[in-house]
Amino acid sequence: MAYTYGNAQNAAERIKEISGVNPLKCMKCGKCSATCPAFNEMDIKPHQFVTYVQNGDIDALAQSKSLWKCLSCFACVERCPRDVKPGKLIDAARQLVVRERGQNYLEADEIPELIDEETPQQLLVSAFRRYRR
Amino acid sequence: MSIEAKEEFRPKIVAFCCNWCSYAGADLAGSSRLSYPADVKIIRVPCSCRVNPMFILRAFEKGADGVIMCGCHPGDCHYTTGNYYARRRMTLLFSMLDFIGVENGRTRVEWVSAAEGVKFSQTMNEFVEKIYSLGKNVRLEDLRCRN
Amino acid sequence: MQRIGVFVCHCGTNIAATVDVKKVVEMAAKEPGVVHAEDYQYMCSEAGQAKIINAIHEKNLTGIVVCSCSPRMHEATFRKAAAKAGLNPYMVEIANIREHCSWIHKDMEEATLKAVILARAAIAKVNLDAPLQPGESLVTKRALVIGGGIAGIQSALDIAEAGYEVDIVEKLPSIGGRMSQLDKTFPTLDCSACILTPKMVEAAAHEKINIYTYSEVEKVSGFVGDFTVDIRKKARSVDMSKCTGCGVCSEKCPSKKNANEFNRGLNNRSAIYIPFAQAIPNVPVIDRENCIKFKTGKCGACSKVCAAGAIDYEQKDEIVTQKYGAIVVATGFDVIPLDKYDEYAYSQSKDVITSLELERIMNAAGPTKGHLERLSDGKAPKNIVFVQCVGSRCSDERGKSYCSKICCMYTAKHAMLIRDKYPDTNVTVFYIDVRTPGKNFDEFYRRAVEDYGVNYVKGQVGKVIPQPDGTLMVQASDLLENKQIHMEADMVVLAAAIEPNKDVRKIATMLTASIDTNNFLTEAHAKLRPVESPTAGIFLSGVCQGPKDIPETVAQAGAAAVKAIGLLAKDKLTTNPCTAHSDELLCNGCSQCANVCPYGAISYEEKQVNDHGIRETRRIAVVNNALCQGCGACTVTCPSGAMDLQGFSNRQILAEVDAICR
Repeated sequence: MAYTYGNAQNAAERIKEISGVNPLKCMKCGKCSATCPAFNEMDIKPHQFVTYVQNGDIDALAQSKSLWKCLSCFACVERCPRDVKPGKLIDAARQLVVRERGQNYLEADEIPELIDEETPQQLLVSAFRRYRR
Repeated sequence: MSIEAKEEFRPKIVAFCCNWCSYAGADLAGSSRLSYPADVKIIRVPCSCRVNPMFILRAFEKGADGVIMCGCHPGDCHYTTGNYYARRRMTLLFSMLDFIGVENGRTRVEWVSAAEGVKFSQTMNEFVEKIYSLGKNVRLEDLRCRN
Repeated sequence: MQRIGVFVCHCGTNIAATVDVKKVVEMAAKEPGVVHAEDYQYMCSEAGQAKIINAIHEKNLTGIVVCSCSPRMHEATFRKAAAKAGLNPYMVEIANIREHCSWIHKDMEEATLKAVILARAAIAKVNLDAPLQPGESLVTKRALVIGGGIAGIQSALDIAEAGYEVDIVEKLPSIGGRMSQLDKTFPTLDCSACILTPKMVEAAAHEKINIYTYSEVEKVSGFVGDFTVDIRKKARSVDMSKCTGCGVCSEKCPSKKNANEFNRGLNNRSAIYIPFAQAIPNVPVIDRENCIKFKTGKCGACSKVCAAGAIDYEQKDEIVTQKYGAIVVATGFDVIPLDKYDEYAYSQSKDVITSLELERIMNAAGPTKGHLERLSDGKAPKNIVFVQCVGSRCSDERGKSYCSKICCMYTAKHAMLIRDKYPDTNVTVFYIDVRTPGKNFDEFYRRAVEDYGVNYVKGQVGKVIPQPDGTLMVQASDLLENKQIHMEADMVVLAAAIEPNKDVRKIATMLTASIDTNNFLTEAHAKLRPVESPTAGIFLSGVCQGPKDIPETVAQAGAAAVKAIGLLAKDKLTTNPCTAHSDELLCNGCSQCANVCPYGAISYEEKQVNDHGIRETRRIAVVNNALCQGCGACTVTCPSGAMDLQGFSNRQILAEVDAICR
């Protein structure tokens, strides 16, 4: 099913509001994509995320694989020279989708069964940061 | 305060700007088209140290709702030390004004350089908003001065 | 009562589009004292000024108000017009209804109301204006240039050529500045030293130029035409008149492990040293922090080997006090520190260097004698990566918000030189934008790509990871191919942002010259007065005003020199008549005004006064109008209200306040 987040402009505004990011500050340097450890897993790359939000193309973002591939390591947030914080945009888009699906936040009790050897520690930490309320 | 009242209330705000930094900063805000409310009216003085507390008292007496004084950044005064004198005078004056009931929010000192058009406009926007939230100044107004 | 004329300018549509000028005219005409009010398209034009002059004649005006742009723009124009019509020029007031009104407001009604109020305030002020007569002050025919880089040298040469004495004050032991550290210069690739050293020699040999090296400006007082400056000549520990510059002392000095600043710390120098071969003066200096003699008292090797007996351990700092008419600031730049950029591994690997360090490596007098080699193991690098915009165009606190302007060009230069000299080296440049505005600049960059095979990749480097085998793993993005690149490099060169010299803030404070948030000195007008500081008599030369390359620096240095010459060519300057004045009937001689006066312009006199029929001798403050700069500090301090400022009097400012709050 395709998600439609009101009108495109509205959804983009919400993403900006949640993330506190002004995508217009981006100078398209690509340092976010250069720094991203999950780059190869993503269909929409971190630097493109900013452009998608700028253009209000939120449906495409909501359906992208990238939303769930981002580790929330925030390397891009840390290194962005223009304070655009693509990681926060991705985070915000993800929240938008999660809210639409009905608040299925991760409970602390559910964590142990989700853990497997392959899961990087960082992912758990970032999951907490994102979903815990 | 309600929105209706906000629309009716138009504050009178006097800004004293030193000729070398802040007045030029205000000019830069203008030429960069950085807007701030028309309630602010600027008086040019050669230096912030030219601002006599008497001028500020007179403004409140005549019904001003807020007074802001802008000068060069500390250390950057065109006349070397003027803004230091101004800073001390204003600290004293503002605490006295607060004591007699003119809230601290109605008075402000800000350092704005000739290159800080953005800061000038931001400061004025903030200050005007503050005055709106405080509403009309009735404390020091001399009713005999009302037209 | 004054007879006031009000002139409202449309400024094309700049004012008229948001301010109803007719309404302003109508409202102004009702104000007390106003006998004439009119509007015109462009008041500052010849025709506009003619209207003012005619009105003054026809209506016998005694004061005028022009509602127009900022007084910083056209006050002088309208004062001249008034003077032409025989009116005292200080009977002119400007209501700033453009910068402070029409340009920042959108609503016509609101803007018009504000314009009316501003006009009212100006009318109230002019009503209390009194004619003022400017005084005169003498001009000291000597210029000071702060900074001995290419900017300072060029300004000094130009001023000296016009026939005026010039002193250059340089902080380091030699003049030459940043340019002396460069190897080649774009876009013609001539050698930097080859074009700079003749200028250095010319400056040193010029009979009108006096160079203070290893010296700093310590104190500045006075004002345009008459500055008094204290210069600290730091103790060199070498007698300049005796030294022959043979260099034996440096050879024999046992303290050899001191970072060589000229080579950006990439190699070492002795404690007594001449910074570089072409140094002017060719006289060594003892770095007292690292000298064994100064640290322990035991050594004196240099003194023993010096045949000329020039070494003087007892030498002390010396203060020279000199008067100047004009001051040119040419303090230049440095590259930003990179310790906050962990991702580029600058402090972790010797093979991650800045472009300025690469300049030294490429230079024959540098740490590697001009051979391109890795500083870690001395091997020739096969893969070199250049990273652009390191700290430039950053909005965070690590970097600078501006474009450093020179990096795109010098990187193209480096890439080209490396490909030319070492054709089997692969050079990759990661860029965000390539900015090459300038004569023959884009052609130069295109040559790097098309003729020299430099690989330009649009994207940024995310991180540099030093590998155990000594290579560097570079992780970057290629935005055009939309992929992430992992490549091995032997050397990474960072185009670090440039920033104004650290000392400029201190100097600006001494000169009371304004400075912006990035520590660049502010120009008097961004477009029309780009080489003058708003503080009269201070001129800006080179990168202290903003990033620029060598030709631009030389052009600006020349322009600053011309402005300084224009000032020095005058015998007398007219002084600002808006000075303080003490009312002898109110003054009680308490001395408070003299205490706050930054210029020492107030003195006291025993004077006969006639106070309402009582004759007595009183101690009274007297202002020296030549020294008073009109700040007004004394007027507020005066407890009896005797001190007032002409042109900005208490009554005038109160009248403005009243008009605004009415």
